[in-house]
Amino acid sequence: MKDLTLTTLIAVFEEIFGTALFWAMVAAAALVTLAYVVVLIRDRHVSWRKFLYAQLSMPVGAVVAVWFVMSMTNSSLASLGGPLDVIILLAIALAGAIGAAVLVYTAQSLMQPPSKTSE
Amino acid sequence: MTAHLNRRQILSLAAGGAALAAAAHSPAQAKTISTKARIVIIGAGAGGTALANRLARRLDGATITLIDPRVDHLYQPGLSLVAAGLKPADYVVSKTTDWLPKGTTLISEAAAAIDPEAQVVATSGGQKVGYDFLVVAPGLVLDHDAIDGFSLDMVGENGIGALYAGPQYAAATWKAASKFTEEGGVGLFTRPATEMKCAGAPLKHTFLIEDITRTNGNRGKAELHYAAPQGSLFGVPIVAEKVRMLFGDRGINTHMKHTLTAIEAGAKRAYMTDADGSTVEMDYDYIHVIPPQRAPDVIRQSGLSWADKWTDQGWVECDKGTLQHLRYDTIWALGDVAGVPKGKTAASVKWQVPVVEDGLIAAIEGRDPTEIYNGYTSCPMITRVGRAMLVEFDYNNNLVPSFPGVIAPLEELWISWLMKEVALKATYNAMLRGDA
Repeated sequence: MKDLTLTTLIAVFEEIFGTALFWAMVAAAALVTLAYVVVLIRDRHVSWRKFLYAQLSMPVGAVVAVWFVMSMTNSSLASLGGPLDVIILLAIALAGAIGAAVLVYTAQSLMQPPSKTSE
Repeated sequence: MTAHLNRRQILSLAAGGAALAAAAHSPAQAKTISTKARIVIIGAGAGGTALANRLARRLDGATITLIDPRVDHLYQPGLSLVAAGLKPADYVVSKTTDWLPKGTTLISEAAAAIDPEAQVVATSGGQKVGYDFLVVAPGLVLDHDAIDGFSLDMVGENGIGALYAGPQYAAATWKAASKFTEEGGVGLFTRPATEMKCAGAPLKHTFLIEDITRTNGNRGKAELHYAAPQGSLFGVPIVAEKVRMLFGDRGINTHMKHTLTAIEAGAKRAYMTDADGSTVEMDYDYIHVIPPQRAPDVIRQSGLSWADKWTDQGWVECDKGTLQHLRYDTIWALGDVAGVPKGKTAASVKWQVPVVEDGLIAAIEGRDPTEIYNGYTSCPMITRVGRAMLVEFDYNNNLVPSFPGVIAPLEELWISWLMKEVALKATYNAMLRGDA
């Protein structure tokens, strides 16, 4: 890879997904993250009940992320050939898990703001 | 109070994101140069298109003309995937005009003659295009007639494959190859004696068809033979050894110094010449034919070829570092047609384009060029569906990994497959636009 800069990487991702879809996904990820920060600031505390549900969604997010990548790329678990592959797989699973947790927590908080008396 | 703070935080975050996006789109190139130079590029393939985009950005007032009759642009690195049933034929096809920058002219005719003394290119339609600087990037031609008894209309039938010939032939190749992966028999995989584009592709096709046959549960019924005119399996010794070991593991027989000369399609028989010049016959159920490859006639007839090297192939005589013609300093070679020891791949083009760009601009500015092409060539060597080796090397047969210590070049890895399947076409497209 010659001149692997942020600009090159962004150009590559724009080509993978199409410019519109890529920036829409970046925007969606940014919005969810932003909404997560917003509800944390608004509520001034973490709701452990909501966090529990969020944690329960993590394995699902991990499996969905791995399945998505495998099915999009003609790959299977048997394709893993070295330590780096395992690290990549775990990173994909971790990203899926964290993404799912943040999404579920934020969705719950937005739909069910805490009442003054609860928790 | 809290609400105000939140809104401000949100706004500043959004502004940061927008700034990042804007930075990503701002051209990272050097300053623009004013010139009235007439630049002609023969060929609007990977090299010609990428160069046109970069020059259009760098030069103000130049006349940039591309000469190429091909309506379709082919993403050739994808042909191996089409020929293994992993991608549809249209995966590799786009329009030549999709990629060309505004302000350039495309003449949709073939270059018929080049007069390097008068600095004029004549087209097949009779136009005469004068130039101050010429870049020859027409690609190469596949000499199918050199294989007796073979013609392209046979591909897909009677167990004949030929994936190099284009998307429809790559798809037809899969039709013939998939029958072999179901029924087994003798599979014969060949490569030509000439220089060729992507010397890894004959190996990839062999590996993929072997793997798919195995996955289908028919490996026991199949016998695979790889025949090549060369003395080793790959031009880079350390890679050749690795491939030799992998072929051993996978039970693929090798026949070195065997050159395919003819086939008898009806009898499914191949004729090869061995090291002693004797004819060797081999019956097959599936054969993959890659014909000899040569520079287009217009290059050879215009006196641009090497006189003492590759005389049967006609590659352009140029400096292997600057790609500038050795006898005509207003001409550069780019891509497959360049007479350099390595580099007939799209990845090489990605490295060559900035070199030719720099050489041309240096000539316009009257300074010496600074960029040098080191022979960089890359081959994501697919070894099975889901795994590849990210092999990168230079003129000196040194491995030059892009991710040293992270992605091992001689290991079969999923990450290398992911790069081939997901990132490569995207990188290629970004290159065409002059962005990578």
